[in-house]
Amino acid sequence: MTFLNEEIKKQLEEVFEPMKKEVIVALFATKEMCETCEDTKSFMAEMSGINEKIKLEVYDLKDDAELAETLQVKRAPAIVLLGEGRKDYGIQFNGLPGGHEINSFISGLLEVSGSGEKLPEVFAERVAKIDKPIDIKVFVTLGCPHCPGAVSKAHKLALENLNVRAEMIEAQTFSELSDQYNVSGVPKIVINGTEELVGDQPLEMFLDAIERL
Amino acid sequence: MEFNLQTKPKAPVVTPETIYDVLIVGGGPAGLNAALYAKRKGLSVGILAERLGGQVLDTSSVENYLGFPSETGEGLMKKFQAHVEELKVPVKEHLQITGIETGRIKKIHTNIGEVFQAKAVILATGSKPRMLNVPGEKEFLGRGVAYCAICDGPLFAGMDVIVAGGGNSAVEAAIDLAKIANHVALVHRSQFRADQILVDQLRKKENVSIHLNTQIQSVEGEGLVSHINALDKESEEVVKIPGNGLFVEIGYLPNSGVFEDLVKQNGRGEIGVNARCETSQAGIFAAGDVTDMPYKQIVISAGEGAKAALTANEYINTLKEEE
Ligand SMILES: Cc1cc2nc3c(=O)[nH]c(=O)nc-3n(C[C@H](O)[C@H](O)[C@H](O)COP(=O)(O)OP(=O)(O)OC[C@H]3O[C@@H](n4cnc5c(N)ncnc54)[C@H](O)[C@@H]3O)c2cc1C
Repeated sequence: MTFLNEEIKKQLEEVFEPMKKEVIVALFATKEMCETCEDTKSFMAEMSGINEKIKLEVYDLKDDAELAETLQVKRAPAIVLLGEGRKDYGIQFNGLPGGHEINSFISGLLEVSGSGEKLPEVFAERVAKIDKPIDIKVFVTLGCPHCPGAVSKAHKLALENLNVRAEMIEAQTFSELSDQYNVSGVPKIVINGTEELVGDQPLEMFLDAIERL
Repeated sequence: MEFNLQTKPKAPVVTPETIYDVLIVGGGPAGLNAALYAKRKGLSVGILAERLGGQVLDTSSVENYLGFPSETGEGLMKKFQAHVEELKVPVKEHLQITGIETGRIKKIHTNIGEVFQAKAVILATGSKPRMLNVPGEKEFLGRGVAYCAICDGPLFAGMDVIVAGGGNSAVEAAIDLAKIANHVALVHRSQFRADQILVDQLRKKENVSIHLNTQIQSVEGEGLVSHINALDKESEEVVKIPGNGLFVEIGYLPNSGVFEDLVKQNGRGEIGVNARCETSQAGIFAAGDVTDMPYKQIVISAGEGAKAALTANEYINTLKEEE
């Protein structure tokens, strides 16, 4: 099955043009009970075919349990973006990043490859000060136009400060987890399991919530 | 599987060093059309916006934009954006305007700390969903209370949902939700304001119940929404309408708070404009949903944006004559 038509492929070629360094797309699938694992594999294979700087590595959640643990992957399909020297920034996608979420995936690739936008100074200082482990979960649906904005902001924080991990979670694929966090509106942002934000909040709201912890 | 690609190859960026003829705040239909018209007049122009596309991106289908009998909101917006991109208008996205200093050169302050400069400014910040302001609404935000049907609808697959409102957005939301949810109850405090053609479509749905003249009084539940209490104005009885989701689609409030001290606004917070889109402040123009112009529609906002740009052009020309 092919996912991307010629038109989108051409657009993506241009979009990936500014990529500076290689990015490893570490995809974790599983053989049992995974409706979207195969689709995610094919989709990622197509994406990596668009630019040679995108390197796909496919793993199995069980067979490669050790790596999964190192990268803190708990579900499948899950994607971790690794930078130069296999550096793990804690940037994850849980579930196929299709629909609107293709945009946060693209921005993740560009950021990890080193061609993202510089964080405005007013935020850079506050981000640098984060000195405890922060785990950000951003729940999304694929039909939500303002979800990628929230995901990208969380990922940017992870990229800038290694104490921060940030994962996108597609609420329908991981419905149990969404139920656990009472997700009935997206984007829903949960920080360290306690602080909650609903909506595509500006970066200062993320930082306020982190500083409250 | 669909892919809603928004990311574009790098467009030119609005910079703090440049003094523009016109800077436009907002990237919805009003802002984009203002940019198109200003650029074609030969002005140096840029767009500052939190999110390009505005509310149109939150709309599932648009059937009342001339020339496009049936488009998705996103599809229509892509065409708008492509048209503006052709003209290479610089854009700066993902920032919020926090205030504007007046003067010969206006200074636009932002949440990212950068200050942008222009001789004229067009305010096109649109609107955001209005809240019901009933007990329980805030408490259950993200726990059943929702304001974006295309975003949150899938989370209510197979469940019972309630839609509050009687205008086009409410009826469209109810029609869309009826495809996903088990049952949809549309609740509105008076009669339908929506287009007849939409109301007819809604009435054909078998899993939809319609409660007109019914005023929502509170949102109830434990942890998550379980029902609403509403006053049936005819029988004067309080009825309990069950539902796990409440989609609030009761109209819009202008995004004008940061311009409170800058330009005159009416009691609803809409920026006052005359027929030429001039505000109470020289060199500051406004267009679209954020203004007191009646009827909030894509085609109207786009038209108003064009008007604001043409008036701004005249303003810039008189400035140049004075110099
Ligand atoms: C669900 C729904 C369905 C609709 N259906 C239809 C329809 O079928 N047909 C129709 O004609 N109309 C429809 N409308 C109405 C239509 O979308 C609006 O009238 C139109 O989008 C208004 O355009 P605008 O440019 O004035 O504002 P908006 O579209 O609201 O755009 C505002 C812009 O300003 C930006 N912004 C806001 N505040 C700031 C700030 N402080 N700093 C920087 N940027 C800021 C936003 O990010 C955005 O880019 C619908 C609306 C909704 C919500």
